[in-house]
Amino acid sequence: MRTFWQRGGKSFLFLLFLFILWEVLVRLTETPKWLLPAPSDVLKEATVGFDTFSGHIFPTISLALIGLVIGSSVGLIIAIILYRLPKVNELFYPLLILSQNIPTIVLAPLLIIWFGFGMLPKLIVISLVCFFPIVVASMDGFRQTAPELKHYMQMVGASRRQIFWKLEFPHSLPSIFSGLKIAATYSVMGAVISEWLGAKAGVGVYMTLAQSSFRIDRVFLAIFFIMLLSVILFGVIRLIEKLLVKGRNEGA
Amino acid sequence: MLLNINKLNKTFGDLHVLKDINLTVNEGEFVAILGPSGSGKSTLFQLIGGNQIPDQGEIFLNDELINGKKGFISYMPQQPSLFPWRTVLENVVLAAELKGKPNYEEAKQWLAKVGLADFENSYPIELSGGMKQRVSFIRALLSKQNLLCLDEPFSALDEFTRLKMQKWLLSVWEENRKSILFITHSIEEAIFLADRIYILSKRPAEIKAEIKVPFSRPRDERLLESSEFFTLKQEIFQYIREEITE
Repeated sequence: MRTFWQRGGKSFLFLLFLFILWEVLVRLTETPKWLLPAPSDVLKEATVGFDTFSGHIFPTISLALIGLVIGSSVGLIIAIILYRLPKVNELFYPLLILSQNIPTIVLAPLLIIWFGFGMLPKLIVISLVCFFPIVVASMDGFRQTAPELKHYMQMVGASRRQIFWKLEFPHSLPSIFSGLKIAATYSVMGAVISEWLGAKAGVGVYMTLAQSSFRIDRVFLAIFFIMLLSVILFGVIRLIEKLLVKGRNEGA
Repeated sequence: MLLNINKLNKTFGDLHVLKDINLTVNEGEFVAILGPSGSGKSTLFQLIGGNQIPDQGEIFLNDELINGKKGFISYMPQQPSLFPWRTVLENVVLAAELKGKPNYEEAKQWLAKVGLADFENSYPIELSGGMKQRVSFIRALLSKQNLLCLDEPFSALDEFTRLKMQKWLLSVWEENRKSILFITHSIEEAIFLADRIYILSKRPAEIKAEIKVPFSRPRDERLLESSEFFTLKQEIFQYIREEITE
């Protein structure tokens, strides 16, 4: 815990320094608020305008969370199938990589045309950006199983199924969590992007509204909120990782 | 006899690794296989463990042909190979777990017997090298196969720990006389531990000699200083020397 504060404290102080620098520069140069608001303006908007903002918080959080859960579950299942069935892997792995080359910004409007403005197209967008890091990280984790442990399992006559569930899967947990951490930050981004393209409420909606009325302080409020949400999600996943991954050297 | 290997041959491509290996292990006997590194000792275990299929020859365990069949032996590898996310207790039952429900009570008794009771719930990362090998050995003991195959289990340990572990192994084995097939490249280790020693030649490995170790049990480290021990060591060294010259 102490090392956490020593490490986290330094970067927190540095962040504070950057904010102060920003505040000072904005005031010295007398930059207008519609161009670049000072941090104090954003903070004021966060308190004064909280009522306009608060209604947009929950939809985005729930969208990001549901999308993350679906995306990572699908990713994990795909990774397991691909790893355990090499023939399927040969066929589908290139397709998976290609799927990541479709720009989300192009795909999202198409999905809205096909599936309407409800939750479904948004969840598809989020799942699509979330599942890939999980697939790649999990597959790497499965493949990097310590050879001497695998050799041991083979010598004592473990079946392929036992080798996977007793050795390869638990062995790859740290990798899966690395993928999850990336996916978590993607999921918030995916939620906001999908909200841009049409939703009733959400941080993405709030952002587009603020942008079109030159309320840059509100845009920054939304940006800070997105950052905060990502950091919190990251932290929660890190916590779960600490509880689940045991007996190994501390990972980053 | 428990294990009977008959005219075993194995090649990998052009590489003739094992040539006409004949070998037996009796019930309750401690047999060592001594050979230079790269002589195919580990290949022999791969064959007995059923991970490789011999080109020629038969492997019988209790008169049953086990060529290419897995799960008939207990095994202790060179590296402790403990699963880092399992506690010591969960690790020692692993091999038994593959065959059905493990007996945790028996596992706890064994851990207590070898002085690891306090570490039951520790993770391998907290153990010393010698302790890890003890856990690895108990894991092999707890799986119910009759033949215990040990693959240079102490070669990665330092000299002091190794001697301690050899004595420890003997003391455990006196109580629980499972048949053991022990691969080593240390002459002293083979003499100190085994009832019988097979000496392998360099590749393609053949059985160069079979030596009966005449010392009575229980043995302790005073044996290591006796002149009989030294004579036997010299005798074995003659065979080894033929392998390292030229």
